[in-house]
Amino acid sequence: MADLETFRVETRAWLEQNCPPEMRKPMTSDGDTFWGGRNAKFSSEAQRVWFERMRDKGWTVPHWPKEYGGGGLDGEEAKIVRQEMAAIGARQPLTSFGISMLGPALLKYGTDEQKKEHLPKITAGLIRWCQGYSEPNAGSDLASLQTRAESDGDHYIINGQKIWTSYANYADWIFCLVRTDPAAKKHDGISFILFDMTSKGVSTKPILLISGYSPFCETFFDNVRVPKAHVVGTVNRGWDVAKYLLQHERAMISGMGERGVGRPLGQIAADSVGADAQGKLDDAQLRSQIATFEVDEAALAAAAERAVDLAKAGQSHPAFSSAMKYYGTELNKRRYEILMSAGGIDALEWESERSRGGARPRAWLRTKANSIEGGTSEVMLGIVAKRILDLPGS
Amino acid sequence: MALVLTEEQSMLRDSARGLISDKAPVSHLRGLRDGKDATGFSRELWKTFAEMGFSGLLVPEQFGGSGLGCVEAGIVMEEIGRTLMPSPFLSTSVVAASAISRGGSEAQKAQHLPGISDGSLLAALAIDEGAKHRPLQTKLQAVRSGNGFKLSGDKAFVVDGHTADLLIVAARTAGSAGEKAGLTLFLVDPKAKGLAVERTAMVDSHNAARIVFDNVEVNADSVLGEVDQGSGLLGGVLNIGRGAVASEMVGLSEEVFGRTVTYLKERKQFGKAIGEFQALQHRAAQLYIEIEITRAAVLKALQALDADLDKAATAVAVAKARAGTTATLAVQEGVQMHGGMGMTDQFDIGFFMKRARVCQELFGDANFHADQLARGKGY
Ligand SMILES: Cc1cc2nc3c(=O)[nH]c(=O)nc-3n(C[C@H](O)[C@H](O)[C@H](O)COP(=O)(O)OP(=O)(O)OC[C@H]3O[C@@H](n4cnc5c(N)ncnc54)[C@H](O)[C@@H]3O)c2cc1C
Repeated sequence: MADLETFRVETRAWLEQNCPPEMRKPMTSDGDTFWGGRNAKFSSEAQRVWFERMRDKGWTVPHWPKEYGGGGLDGEEAKIVRQEMAAIGARQPLTSFGISMLGPALLKYGTDEQKKEHLPKITAGLIRWCQGYSEPNAGSDLASLQTRAESDGDHYIINGQKIWTSYANYADWIFCLVRTDPAAKKHDGISFILFDMTSKGVSTKPILLISGYSPFCETFFDNVRVPKAHVVGTVNRGWDVAKYLLQHERAMISGMGERGVGRPLGQIAADSVGADAQGKLDDAQLRSQIATFEVDEAALAAAAERAVDLAKAGQSHPAFSSAMKYYGTELNKRRYEILMSAGGIDALEWESERSRGGARPRAWLRTKANSIEGGTSEVMLGIVAKRILDLPGS
Repeated sequence: MALVLTEEQSMLRDSARGLISDKAPVSHLRGLRDGKDATGFSRELWKTFAEMGFSGLLVPEQFGGSGLGCVEAGIVMEEIGRTLMPSPFLSTSVVAASAISRGGSEAQKAQHLPGISDGSLLAALAIDEGAKHRPLQTKLQAVRSGNGFKLSGDKAFVVDGHTADLLIVAARTAGSAGEKAGLTLFLVDPKAKGLAVERTAMVDSHNAARIVFDNVEVNADSVLGEVDQGSGLLGGVLNIGRGAVASEMVGLSEEVFGRTVTYLKERKQFGKAIGEFQALQHRAAQLYIEIEITRAAVLKALQALDADLDKAATAVAVAKARAGTTATLAVQEGVQMHGGMGMTDQFDIGFFMKRARVCQELFGDANFHADQLARGKGY
């Protein structure tokens, strides 16, 4: 305990000294997120400095082993780093699917060679990954995917199409689900494979979202040659890897939203709605919606903390991330409905400088995807019902 | 601190669960109700509670207690919630024990705490006056008279008030309803002249009383804490009580949920288990998630109470609000998914619905606590 207190004090001091003031302000646009990758650009000098200092300390991913560029911290220490970063509002120095999705799967299923090859490039922000799971006819029913990988000596030849591939047009590599045994039952013929997006035969076509942004793509594979050594885990057992990765993805998505940082929602609402002399919101209905929301938000934060603690104590159910994903994403949608209602007509401007290019309505629209991406809310509830509650029927 | 129970805490849970499920299943409450039992709980069982160290759980060791904290009290409350066991645990061992050990003089502690620990003294907090829990609206007057005070006014919803040997009464010694300053807590003998106790049979078959004070004389030694400054002490004690009631609601919710899921697997209609219908599966999953999130919020609040009572207000408001909403949902879904069976008195689930309604009201409902949170955050 005393050691942890010392660690907390040191962490606080280090962050205080090393986190530039600009990196402690809430993020306001997509450009505030640093994703890394071959073509990465920093949007400000402060962003570069912050990233490099954290990378050098191993804290782009504090809980990964040091040999892969992580910080080698145990669960308690990593929690302290998170808490101390949150206390000063420090931004994530690096965000990537490599950290939140592929990394955990490689740590569990990857060969030594695969880990040594890929993990250090993730922690150092050198390679940006994208996720090739969904296909036009395989969404919620992901295991019905049809992208084929045919054996050709020590290579696979990959043909097919993915869709909704987030940031595929910016990504350097893809982790991809492919069918390696078309004769097997649908869950049994899938493999999890990695390849470079600059490989011959890979092409992407951006799709425009309702928010006016285009963060995801259709991704096409036309006779793409990939070494067999790039399969993660056992051939035809890719579904295990895929599911394990999804647990991490869902935990990550459930934590989206700027929970508890920045000004209370009620005060933000007061800017546009108005308040009485005591600061009490002029709109009683909205005030009670916000208060109820904040009760739920605080409770979810406790549940997220507890989920980590339970996992550490070996008491968690593997499907619990689906429960958290469901609640966290529905809550984030509620947050933005409140923000839109609080903002009134000011929140409707789409292009003006005053509205920072319609930041709020675009963010509001973006949140609608939270309960779709990574598995829909309905699918999450189905998983909870079957895997946790053991209700009958498939 | 990790949001999981320690090994000692898990052992406490197991022993509380063992005792309560064995000696006081729901049929115990049903029996007391049907027999119109005058006490409303089992004194014999309360003796066992004392022997196992539960009644003095929050009492410091020097006064015969175990000196444990709110997390431990919450563990026992949760088990109580699973079977709806009526007992003076909340009124005496949680609320009164906290009030006296935190606000009492050495003499007051020495006089009352050992009795709480050994199970011989029952105590109750008299706070509410109107239909809703509004502690600052306290109107009951305490006027200086000679060496002491005279109390006049009405109290309602005094949990276990009809069996209490000692009342802790919130009164106004200065200021007017709505003000923080001017509240004082008194230790009052229920047999005092001018005091009338009416047992109120409640919807949940648990114990409560209305109490009328007509110029009840108490001496200066009966002030608990400081004159006019009682709101701080009261606020802390109420928060401990809220944490405990929230725990009871977690136990209650989980029990109702467990029974409901079992029924979903057993009951067949249209040639299959009703749990195969996706409409019910999703609602069951949603309820499970609500309960899990509430459980975390409640444990967080209990830990916050133990860490620093003065800083626990927000966490407690969150916990009590969530627990109230979750328990309400759990019992409604529970009854609905049992169909006609859920509406029968013969079936236990109605007891849970009734108790949840009372727990929701006790020490402030979800609206009250959401409002507290908003005030705390300045909007
Ligand atoms: C912003 C965004 C980013 C994404 N990024 C990626 C990415 O990087 N890589 C990737 O591979 N994929 C990505 N996806 C795809 C995402 O995983 C799928 O959209 C999702 O799995 C749902 O599939 P679908 O769109 O085909 O919807 P469908 O499966 O067709 O679902 C339509 C509706 O039917 C419901 N439904 C389906 N099955 C059931 C059932 N059994 N019971 C009840 N209801 C059901 C769904 O809940 C939904 O409401 C992204 C999606 C979004 C929105």
